[in-house]
Amino acid sequence: MFCCGVYGFITRKNLIAILISLELMLNAVDINFVVFNRFLYPGQMEGMMFTLFAIAIAAAETGLAIAIIVNLFRWARNIDIRDLNKMKL
Amino acid sequence: MESVGSIVMYGIIVAAIIIFSILAVTTRRILRSATYLLFTLFATAGLYFKLDYEFLGAVQIAVYAGGIVVLVVFAILLTTKPGDASAQLTSRRRLFGGIAALATLAAVGYAVLSRPGFWCTVCKPFDMQLTMNNLGEVLLGTEKFGYLLPFEAVSVLLLACIIGGVVIARKR
Repeated sequence: MFCCGVYGFITRKNLIAILISLELMLNAVDINFVVFNRFLYPGQMEGMMFTLFAIAIAAAETGLAIAIIVNLFRWARNIDIRDLNKMKL
Repeated sequence: MESVGSIVMYGIIVAAIIIFSILAVTTRRILRSATYLLFTLFATAGLYFKLDYEFLGAVQIAVYAGGIVVLVVFAILLTTKPGDASAQLTSRRRLFGGIAALATLAAVGYAVLSRPGFWCTVCKPFDMQLTMNNLGEVLLGTEKFGYLLPFEAVSVLLLACIIGGVVIARKR
C-alpha cells in the first residue's frame, strides 16, 4: 500500500491525485503502527496514540492542501503540475 | 492461536486494502481514484475493528472517510470538468515510479524480515482493558505515559491550519 502511494506520487500529474497518493502512504504508516503495537507490544498504547495524532495531522494537512489547490485553480484554471512552475501570483 | 475464520477475515481485509489501493493509483479518472481511496479507508477501519481497536476504527471512519474524502471529492468537482480522464502516462515516468515503489518494497521487506524473532512472536492475549475511560486518562495525563503535551500541540496545529486555510482561500 505504501508502495502504491510512492508509485502514484511519482507518476501522477494531477495535484489531487498526488494528494490521494499521500493519503495512501499516511494510511499505510498508520496500519503499521497499529499492527506492530497489537502484535509485538500488546498491553501498551504507544502505537495507538501515534496513530491518533497522525490521523489528526493528516486531516489538518489535507484541509490546507485542498485550500491551496482550490486557490491555485482559481488563479491558473488548471492543476496540472506540468503547467504550474511558479506559485506566486 | 486464532481460529481459521479470523485468519480468513484478515486475508479478505488485507486483500481489499491492497487491491483498492492499487486501483486508486492506476485508474485514469480522478473521481474513481477518490472512490477507491474511500474503499481503502473503510477496509483499514475494518482492520482496526478486527484488531480490537474500536475507538481507532471509529476515528478512522469519522475523520478519513467522513471528512477527508468529502473534502477531496469537493476539490475534484471544483477543479475538473466531469468526464475528462487524465492524459496517458509516459512510459518513462511509469518506469521510474515502478522502480521507486519496488525499491521501497525491497527495503521495507528486508528490514521487517531481517528482524530476529519476528515470525516466532507469540500472539499474547490482549490483556489490557481498552476502555474509553482509560484512553482519555492516557490522552490527557501528565505523568510518565501521558500525552497532554502532544495533544495540546495538535490542537494548536489544527488552529493554525484553520487560520491558514481561511487566509489562503479568501477572495482577494
